[in-house]
Amino acid sequence: MKSTRRSFIQKAALFSGAFCLGFDWFQANGKEVSMVQTTMDSGRFNAFLAIDPSGKIILYSPNPEIGQGIKTAFPVVVAEELDVDWKDVEVRQANLDTQNFERQLTGGSGALKHSWERLRKAGATARKMFVQAAAQTWNVDASTCKTSKGFVLGPKGQKASYGSLVAIASKLPVPTEVTYKNRKDYQIIGKRTKGVDNKNVVTGKSVFGLDIDKPGMLIAQIIRPPFGATLKSFDAADALKMPGIIDVVSFKNKVAIVGKSTWEVMKARGTVSCKYNPGDLESDSTHQKWFDEGMKTDKATVQRKDGDFAAALARSAKVVEATYECPFISHSPMEPMNFFADVRADGTVLLAGPTQVPQSAQKAVASLLKIDEKKVEVELSKMGGGFGRRLNNDFALDAAELSSIIKKPVKVMWTREDDMGGGIYRPAARYHFKAGLDASGNMIAFYLRGVGINAGNATRQDNFPVGAIENVLVESVNQVSAVSTGPWRAPITNFLGYAEQAFLDEVAEAGGKDPVQMRLDWLARAKSNPVGKITYEPDRFIEVIKQAAEKSNWKKKLGVHQGFSVYFSHLSYVAQVADARIVDGKAKITHVTAVTDCGEVVNLSGAENQIKGAIIDGMGHAMFAKLRFNEGVASPTNFNGYRLIKGNEIPTINAYFVDNGIEPTGLGEPALPPTGGSIANALYAATKKRLYKQPFEV
Amino acid sequence: MSIQLTVNKKKMSLDIDPNTPLLWALRDHMSLKGTKFGCGIAQCGACTVWVNGEATRSCVLPISAVANADITTIEGLSDHGDHPVQVAWDELDVPQCGYCQAGQIMTAASLLKKKPNPSKTEIVDGMSGNICRCGTYHRIQEAVKLASELASKKKTKSTVKKSA
Repeated sequence: MKSTRRSFIQKAALFSGAFCLGFDWFQANGKEVSMVQTTMDSGRFNAFLAIDPSGKIILYSPNPEIGQGIKTAFPVVVAEELDVDWKDVEVRQANLDTQNFERQLTGGSGALKHSWERLRKAGATARKMFVQAAAQTWNVDASTCKTSKGFVLGPKGQKASYGSLVAIASKLPVPTEVTYKNRKDYQIIGKRTKGVDNKNVVTGKSVFGLDIDKPGMLIAQIIRPPFGATLKSFDAADALKMPGIIDVVSFKNKVAIVGKSTWEVMKARGTVSCKYNPGDLESDSTHQKWFDEGMKTDKATVQRKDGDFAAALARSAKVVEATYECPFISHSPMEPMNFFADVRADGTVLLAGPTQVPQSAQKAVASLLKIDEKKVEVELSKMGGGFGRRLNNDFALDAAELSSIIKKPVKVMWTREDDMGGGIYRPAARYHFKAGLDASGNMIAFYLRGVGINAGNATRQDNFPVGAIENVLVESVNQVSAVSTGPWRAPITNFLGYAEQAFLDEVAEAGGKDPVQMRLDWLARAKSNPVGKITYEPDRFIEVIKQAAEKSNWKKKLGVHQGFSVYFSHLSYVAQVADARIVDGKAKITHVTAVTDCGEVVNLSGAENQIKGAIIDGMGHAMFAKLRFNEGVASPTNFNGYRLIKGNEIPTINAYFVDNGIEPTGLGEPALPPTGGSIANALYAATKKRLYKQPFEV
Repeated sequence: MSIQLTVNKKKMSLDIDPNTPLLWALRDHMSLKGTKFGCGIAQCGACTVWVNGEATRSCVLPISAVANADITTIEGLSDHGDHPVQVAWDELDVPQCGYCQAGQIMTAASLLKKKPNPSKTEIVDGMSGNICRCGTYHRIQEAVKLASELASKKKTKSTVKKSA
């Protein structure tokens, strides 16, 4: 486990008596990770890791925490390689710091994949320097020293804490080569580590975006126009007379009510009337028409072509066809959008609040205000969920623009209605599949056209079973809409995964195959003789499938109707078996077995949370969620009409992980895409009714 | 006209619009931000507090309706964050984003006051009015069970102490 390829340019530095190591992200090239001395201003370290002479270990977690557990998982890796006791570690959220951190964002389930090597290196490098400092002190060879729980142990029973070695260690040259722990020696990685914020959460002390309070801060709410409409005029005469109201201003077709307290703003808002120029306003019927047109057009974009689909279909013994459709849905994190901005007279800006992409917020606000990015400081708050919604910084831009107009610090808060009605939805899409089967029921031709509304490429053209099928054609059509869309947990695949896995269940049935064996046969083909480029590793796919079939007693349970699905996304593999039972004459999902290969599991407790949470999320949205559109206005806009899954509607879930020690890959999203498929297939097994539309009608 | 009430054992006097929902009175006027805004229509449970010991949605409850009442929020549930429900929530690592959990905990603690040893069904039914968008429901239900066990152990201990 030797690290040899990396060039460490490094220096460690002694700042105010503390040992600080940081990464040189800008010199990082792929896995070439450099370490340099870290910056510090007025007593605040922006380093990744700091140990002071008292032995206090502070690990800075740079990535935004939205509930995916990164604030705990990152420091776990550093602490493991540093070889300290987890109970001695204090974890702090780092603010946006482009000098010291790279990829300081939450999205794409990519954080651990990106930073695994960097985090290990941070810990292992510091550990080696403490060993060298001790060896020098004791006048022994460093190779005769060991570490344990924050101490260096010498060959003759000597023992020195890291804290006592800080002064010497920080003056040593940073080593260019480090050795990582063998995974069998892990003390923290792979175990259950509780969330570092738990104690604050359970006592109400955590500061989420809405809890931010700054001196002189005003509160604002914004009335937004229907999608596609522009603001003609507004009347705020009554509002301006109401207590606590400071101003009502308009920008970019929006009207902002600014006041001293939330309730005063809410009340005044109710008296403001807006008139709009309608423009081209879309309704559900508009979107249906666009789907129909998109399915018919001969101008689709070809995303992938293997062999000759049309010729293979023509010679097929049997053809299976199906159309799947999903609506726009809202992200609905429990904490509605909000953001604080203070655009100051001196040309500096303070932004604070919940965003998955703080650097983008910094850039966007700098660009909006035409100022240097360096003048925009971003503080990260804890986030009440994100699910992709906080990848779009519309809320930060609104706050900054409003603050620049009223020249005061302001927190813009969205009501639930603003949040659900205000856009950046999961795009609506329709998918059409065709499969040609030969006389033995083997699929020889596979076709997919995806028509999305503001979805870009609504397909994922390299997804399995592509790579195992001789003749493939995948096409996409994008319809442009005034309804704003963005990534929603597992973008595109959150629905496409369901459609694909449900369609493959139909293909298996039509070909007289077992859905599990059919996939294993295809993967054997993809492994031995792939068709075109494949993006997945067949062996890892095969392993999760086999384990899921075994652990779920696939098709061996009496009185249980099972559905299978398996999906590769964000570089992780998840196979699921859903169990449906008939309860009081109705089919009900009672259990889900999930087997995941995400490589090394960093925090077992957090990993289980992500798998179970993603399955519940996938199931709830597949079954219940839908936004309708009428003349540019979305409905419903609150939880009385928009149904989220509740605690009495969930199946039991067993989550298993493949133990293979491969470098970790994403876990925030990958368990969601296969969920709609496993439950739809189980419900079909129970009812013989295929489900082609979300939300399911069961 | 000012409104008197007791919040987390402290007597408070507020001179605000009597229609102000208790939630915003707590958050904006008493700096108690542990109670969360989720929907504003008493649908999600994020704003759950106790009013005279009863779990209540604070987002639609005007402050005038709780004059002279005794309010407990997440900040006042225990002096040291060691209420059995809080301990169980940490022990089983319930929170993901954490935003709904104050409301979940206040609901759970209220449930356990009424039913110290709830059945599985009573836990599921008692907790299903609170939405968790992250889907932490399994652990919420397990933590309520654990909290009930912790509370009964604590009780046994203090009884033993007394008798000794």
